[in-house]
Amino acid sequence: MAEPAPRKRRPERPAPAPPALRGVRGDTGPDAARELDALLHHRMRLGMVSALAAAESLAFNDLKAVLQTSDGNLSVHARKLEDAGYVTCTKTFENRRPRTDYRLTARGRQALGRYVGHMESIIRATKDTLGR
Amino acid sequence: MATSPSPPADRTPPALHDRAIADLKFIRETMESAAAFTTLSGLGLIAIGLSALGAGVLAGPAPGPGWLRVWIAEAALALVVGVLSTLWKTRIARLPMLAGPLRKFGQALGAPCLAGAVLTAALARADVHAVLPGVWLMLYGSGLLAGGVFSIRLVPVMGACFLALGVAAVFAPPALGAGAMVVGFGGLHVLFGILVARGHGG
Repeated sequence: MAEPAPRKRRPERPAPAPPALRGVRGDTGPDAARELDALLHHRMRLGMVSALAAAESLAFNDLKAVLQTSDGNLSVHARKLEDAGYVTCTKTFENRRPRTDYRLTARGRQALGRYVGHMESIIRATKDTLGR
Repeated sequence: MATSPSPPADRTPPALHDRAIADLKFIRETMESAAAFTTLSGLGLIAIGLSALGAGVLAGPAPGPGWLRVWIAEAALALVVGVLSTLWKTRIARLPMLAGPLRKFGQALGAPCLAGAVLTAALARADVHAVLPGVWLMLYGSGLLAGGVFSIRLVPVMGACFLALGVAAVFAPPALGAGAMVVGFGGLHVLFGILVARGHGG
């Protein structure tokens, strides 16, 4: 029996924010969930940006140890952050061995600041709702 | 018409505020871990090593009460240099001074050092100075191995080198003990200080 033709999937709409968050003023705007930086919403990328915010620069192996991840996983997410202009990557040779260093850009630091601001606003809004 | 199974309860997306709290905690912990990787000062280690080489010359080749006084003074000096160089590197690199990793590192290194101080007092009172180099090297190495979990990979490697040297000093003829102190606290600190300074920004 032939497989049915795959139905064309409609693009998923993001879930609406809980009603309590719709009226949050400040960083979250009317819909906090929709305004979050999708790039930083991924745990690995959020970890990379956070780690680089605390250190001037980190070598690939140090970053891998901090985040306890694999070479491949780190490379994939680092590339996405590079493409977005959040981190810069410098490749050099040290004792004839390749060395890769990552550094957070001003844009990446601003994005992390915005993301933290969103998270704090969400927590504040929840507290306000519970306090009513 | 087939109905799709309802998703299991454990796959329900967490509430937004729960995710927000978890994210902020994750960001703070990751920043602490990353800062711990960079606050160790290689130049500070080199300074400690050079002062230990000087102490080795001053103390002489035979462990005894005078030899012990010189090395105790050197240990105090090394502690001051270590703390100041860490603060200096943190300030120069504009790194956040995060208490968590430094506290963990201090606890891991502090416990064997305290044990070493008590053992030193007991062994000196019993006039068994020849064992002290091995004891000091092994306990310091153990502290670095434990504290190295919160720092760069070079730290536990340095700890293993101190531990191995301490074991060798315990079983070596007593006359070689003072030399092992100079090789360890002088040579190993300078060597690893250079590696840290070159690979981890000063």
